[in-house]
Amino acid sequence: MSGLRQIAFYGKGGIGKSTTSQNTLAALAELDQKILIVGCDPKADSTRLILHAKAQDTVLSLAAEAGSVEDLELEDVLRVGYKDIKCVESGGPEPGVGCAGRGVITAINFLEENGAYDDVDYVSYDVLGDVVCGGFAMPIRENKAQEIYIVMSGEMMAMYAANNISKGILKYANAGGVRLGGLICNERKTDKEWELADALAKKLGTQLIHFVPRDNVVQHAELRRMTVLEYDPESKQADEYRQLAKKIHANAGKGVIPTPITMEELEDLLLEFGIMEKDDESIVGKAKNAA
Amino acid sequence: MPQNAASVLDHNQLFKEPEYKALVEAKKVFEDAVPDAKVKEVEDWTKSWEYREINFKREALTINPAKACQPLGAVLAAAGFEGTLPYVHGSQGCVAYFRSHFNRHFKEPSSCVSDSMTEDAAVFGGLNNMVDGLSNAYALYKPKMIAVSTTCMAEVIGDDLDSFIKTAKQKEVIPESFPVPFAHTPSFVGSHVTGYDNMMKGILTHFWEGKERKAGNSVNIIGGFDGYCVGNNRELKRMLGLMGVDYTILSDPSDVFDTPADGEFRMYDGGTKLEDAAAALNAKATFAMQGISAAKTLEYVAGTGQEVVELNCPIGVAATDAFLMELSRITGKAIPEELEKERGRLVDAMADSQAYLHGKKFALFGDPDMTMGLTSFLLEMGAEPVHIVCTNAPKAWEEKMRKLLDASPFGKEAKLYPGKDLWHMRSLLATEPVEFLIGSTYGKLLERDCGVPLIRIGFPIFDRHHHHRFPIWGYQGSLNVLVKVLDKIFDELDAKSRDDIDFDVVR
Repeated sequence: MSGLRQIAFYGKGGIGKSTTSQNTLAALAELDQKILIVGCDPKADSTRLILHAKAQDTVLSLAAEAGSVEDLELEDVLRVGYKDIKCVESGGPEPGVGCAGRGVITAINFLEENGAYDDVDYVSYDVLGDVVCGGFAMPIRENKAQEIYIVMSGEMMAMYAANNISKGILKYANAGGVRLGGLICNERKTDKEWELADALAKKLGTQLIHFVPRDNVVQHAELRRMTVLEYDPESKQADEYRQLAKKIHANAGKGVIPTPITMEELEDLLLEFGIMEKDDESIVGKAKNAA
Repeated sequence: MPQNAASVLDHNQLFKEPEYKALVEAKKVFEDAVPDAKVKEVEDWTKSWEYREINFKREALTINPAKACQPLGAVLAAAGFEGTLPYVHGSQGCVAYFRSHFNRHFKEPSSCVSDSMTEDAAVFGGLNNMVDGLSNAYALYKPKMIAVSTTCMAEVIGDDLDSFIKTAKQKEVIPESFPVPFAHTPSFVGSHVTGYDNMMKGILTHFWEGKERKAGNSVNIIGGFDGYCVGNNRELKRMLGLMGVDYTILSDPSDVFDTPADGEFRMYDGGTKLEDAAAALNAKATFAMQGISAAKTLEYVAGTGQEVVELNCPIGVAATDAFLMELSRITGKAIPEELEKERGRLVDAMADSQAYLHGKKFALFGDPDMTMGLTSFLLEMGAEPVHIVCTNAPKAWEEKMRKLLDASPFGKEAKLYPGKDLWHMRSLLATEPVEFLIGSTYGKLLERDCGVPLIRIGFPIFDRHHHHRFPIWGYQGSLNVLVKVLDKIFDELDAKSRDDIDFDVVR
């Protein structure tokens, strides 16, 4: 396993993790890297752009059908998509029941035991939302992902989530080998977005590894269940993902132990960039038309 | 009648007193109980072929599984190392169960701690429990090693033992150099056998990982989950000693589960020395006496460059021969005359008694390796295994068993039931009766229900004492198994002939 690189994408729900990660991994595949994507989200949508399929048979749905995960074979759950990228979805319960975190643990153990990690250069985990429980921290445990990339934007809550995820990484980084690889800012066209993202990255002790500009071609590709790399390889946006892929590729071993900040420090950051105004307690909790 | 201090009645007598009998009758009336005749009718129906077919279609329910859960096996594996405290990260009730299970089987105290995770730990994760638990266990019980496994609760919330233990060391509650091997042992996967395997692999990984192997000439022996470890390990040591083999038994709980009553409490006793466990990396080969019970461990061991030899609970002549011949081949040591004589004596004993076993039909249940060992021995005696139930059978079991059975004319009729439970066994015994049943104490319910005499071989044995002190492996052990089986056969013969001319003093 010496040459194997394991990375993970985390970030607030709806921030564009799956889109960003799949496009970036497709660009890495262009660099002749053999890739395995492990979707760690019960919605099982981490691989649809690579596979051109909405959802696939997940480890857990098949295990539930077969009786237990021991009854599964690797071929049952592994699908091959664009540029021979291997894809697996852990799957999990419907919202409101069961334990999705345990599902992630079960799925990853199954993959490791059945040799899914043999003969690949990259394993990439796409993990939903925050690190809400031990199960969703599975990819950042010892001997799993070496670097975590946090997808975020200039929105307050996305930055808040990025900081929270850093806290999760910190918990494991001291005892183990996991590091923060950097922030990926997915442009939302908020005020001073690049500056804010860059400042947050510095506060967390890391780098803004790439600023992915907003481009409608991503939507066009996504409607066709494709990555931009496949849908419009000549586009400017495809080049953005190629740049990001190269940066990640060159970032091996350069991750850091993050230095998460407090809520107050985060608010101060927004103050600093004039997003929030200082000491204007009068606006707190007031609706737009209330004045 | 109130109890009288001069002659206290125990429950065996007390509840047969007239007032208690009347009480039970009155209770039945009060509860509007189903009439006895109806109960009998339904009971008889559950012994029909019709019910058997319904029973075997059962999907979502297990009744009396012949297996226990992973951490139980992890605790046994851990207990076999010198000064080692088995530590279960999770809820306390589980650990009380592991301890009482071993108490009841070995009739010995079982030292094992839990870090008592409660509701807050379920929400916030069990890191604090681990830190405090390791700190307390280390200070109070002064172990040389703490081996950590988990209950379901810790597994469901995804606690990461590796990082928890490292964090505890960073907080300096235990010294950095103090050995704390670990294994994740979710009870909802596998069985006690899997847990044994995981813990053994965890311990070996702890001692071996990152070390360079300098191949030597010794051999390692891994017993696997073995309820007879007290007798078996001592027998193994005797045999290996006779052969002059340089060996290390990896996990040897034979002393800790058999401490003498001499006024001194021994929380730890005997066991594999930690330096021997570390040095075992340099062995020439590792033998698993119960290979299915050590499958992942063997894979790991083979990865270090050692040869691995998989046995499956060697009971009988052929299985013991295979063990000794492999030992001899690998170590270059000859099999001593004394063991050859023992072999001859076993063959003689089997020949003396074979008429009583030949063609007898058996049902058996138990762990994967145990059922293999027993089957091999029964076939040697010309007995016919008919129903073989193994609740915790892995995929490899069925294939290996089939091969074993197909190699003998007495194995042709045998049917294998991997993953089935003792309620399935009840249907089998009721519809296709056999002469004897072999299994753990839990088989006594089937004995009562189906009238098939139970020969107690397996784990756990709660209702007979000291069986675990006598080996079942090797030529001597096989002799014990032979006697257990024969005694039951003769008891039955006597019971059935007590009023006729066949009630013979010579058998």
